[in-house]
Amino acid sequence: MAAASYDYEDAPADYDGSADARASSQDLGYDPNFVPDSVKSFVVHLYRHIREKNVYEIHQMYETSFQSLSDRLFKDTPWPSVDAVAHYVDNDHVFCLLYREMWFRHLYARLSPTLKQRIDSWDNYCSLFQVVLHGVVNMQLPNQWLWDMVDEFVYQFQSFCQYRAKMKNKTEQEIALLRQYDQAWNVYGVLNFLQALVEKSMIIQILEREKEGLEQFTATDGYDYNGGSNVLKVLGYFSMVGLLRVHCLLGDYHTGLKCLQPIDITQQGVYTSVIGSHITTIYHYGFANLMLRRYVDAIREFNKILLYIYKTKQYHQKSPQYEQILKKNEQMYALLAICLSLCPQVKHVEETVNSQLREKYGEKMIRMQRYDDEAFSIYDELFSYACPKFITPSAPSFEEPLVNYNQDAYRLQLKLFLYEVKQQQLLSGVRSFLKVYSSLYLSELATYMEVDEPTLRTILMTYKHKTHAVDSDGKITSNADVDFYIDDNMIHVVESKPVKRYGDFFLRQIAKLEGLINDLDRVRLD
Amino acid sequence: MSTQIVARILIKALMAMPAPDFSLCLFLIPERVQMEDQFKTLIVLSHYLETGRFRHFWDEAAKHRNIVEAVPGFEQAIQSFAIHVLSLTYQKIPRTVLAEAINLKGLSLDKFLEHQKANCGWILEGDQSTSQLIVLPPNEFNHPELKKNVADSIPLEHITRIFPILG
Repeated sequence: MAAASYDYEDAPADYDGSADARASSQDLGYDPNFVPDSVKSFVVHLYRHIREKNVYEIHQMYETSFQSLSDRLFKDTPWPSVDAVAHYVDNDHVFCLLYREMWFRHLYARLSPTLKQRIDSWDNYCSLFQVVLHGVVNMQLPNQWLWDMVDEFVYQFQSFCQYRAKMKNKTEQEIALLRQYDQAWNVYGVLNFLQALVEKSMIIQILEREKEGLEQFTATDGYDYNGGSNVLKVLGYFSMVGLLRVHCLLGDYHTGLKCLQPIDITQQGVYTSVIGSHITTIYHYGFANLMLRRYVDAIREFNKILLYIYKTKQYHQKSPQYEQILKKNEQMYALLAICLSLCPQVKHVEETVNSQLREKYGEKMIRMQRYDDEAFSIYDELFSYACPKFITPSAPSFEEPLVNYNQDAYRLQLKLFLYEVKQQQLLSGVRSFLKVYSSLYLSELATYMEVDEPTLRTILMTYKHKTHAVDSDGKITSNADVDFYIDDNMIHVVESKPVKRYGDFFLRQIAKLEGLINDLDRVRLD
Repeated sequence: MSTQIVARILIKALMAMPAPDFSLCLFLIPERVQMEDQFKTLIVLSHYLETGRFRHFWDEAAKHRNIVEAVPGFEQAIQSFAIHVLSLTYQKIPRTVLAEAINLKGLSLDKFLEHQKANCGWILEGDQSTSQLIVLPPNEFNHPELKKNVADSIPLEHITRIFPILG
């Protein structure tokens, strides 16, 4: 199967494996020790705001000032080195770790990291997370920043695995470094840090106690108004999403979903306070459910987030995450198209989302449901476009001839996915006949479908098996929009009628009326 | 990685059907390992079960007794799965179709049916000489009228939000 449009390189678009052969940033006249005045001012103010816990100002500087300075002064060079700015901030250890984290993040975004830089970034994360885990941090940082830390950590891990798997053009030097620093970006190391943040922060217990009204977390967006720090708690919280993402990259969907379980995605929460986190959570949740054949769960969540993005993306146009938001939006439409082709539904998809979907993938969805060769290549294309950048976590064997194996993980997931699609091939034929009849004999349907009766029985059982999903508690639910049962040799069709949701309607109206009454009470008639 | 242990885990995963454990395991096994004979056999067996081809499954399983005897309870687990799928699909099922699905015939099938009649609410119509029909217990999947109207049910948590208004 051709690897279609699978682009295993993330943005920035110009990153490729031969990065280290390119001109290093030294050649561009970069002096790591030169600190422009605006940078000096930036670090001094940021340091002060962090010490004074002015979360709003920190957020402004982090989101806006850092971006504009990067755009203006550091378009294609790194920021000044941490050593050069340290004395402006009292050589504060923690601030330097934070500065370095931003320094590396900028490097990854605008330039291409060398192997040494990747390893150094890993060391920095180790130090930073150790400090947080020891509970000695007394800051309040904006959720955006804390999310970005976890997100970037997982991204750099993914990037490293991709990089390391391309052994073909590695130099002697690089191989020596890889052998020497074999702990850097080790999969267990990554998982351990994320797990440690979850456990040390006790975030799962906090969320449990919050449900019983014994604790405030979501209500304050994770911020601590009792003079404490939000850093460990919120990092622990976001690490659950980080774990979901890592496990999806490894193809372990079940574990990924388990890690996410403490977060109730049917409600707002801290994960929705940052749009990047909201999208990443739902994207991976939906994808994992797709691979677990829980199509309706995936469709429901994709629908909600796509509607949300549609309504709110205009507010993020200036944000540095805008491109990523748009990209994930497109990918989720592709995944939704796949889900709906495998499991047609009428409910669960909202008007706006549906029309967008038809526009982008209407044609392709019709072709996908034909299940001919062309259909499989469309499934391949959409899957490859929308899937996560799967990785092989194990280190290469340095003895064998050096090959590139960075595509192996992706190829396996694609192959198994298409295998599943193939098994469902005959189901759309069954569906189209069931839609036309209220009852018919097995022998009749067998004739129409040009198979013998025993084969038809197996096809009908496949239909039942594939359309009845098993959730994590072992409960069976039917995903079928058209269902049937067999009485000896007769098929009786059961059409599911769309149900009017009176309950929801009344709840909404009750709340609305109460609001109206309260407003009226406040009106004074003179 | 001990392929022996992995193979046993895959067999357990087959036994867990209809849960998707088997595919979950495959996602985690490198492709070149999946090319080994014993894994290829297990994948074929899984394929037959996934597509309701029970007769093919039992035929293939008989050719690889070493694999299927590696884990105790294998046959019963697959029979359970077969009955599960049949219960989703049929209200009444011909004896021959059932026999093929659970790989029992003659006296052992009779014994099995008696057991199911006594303990699981199965009803037998007709006898062996005429074509016998087995009536499976009704559930929401083979009896649409039993389907609970889940769509309109509201979780208690949502109602609690309007308690202050109602109270």
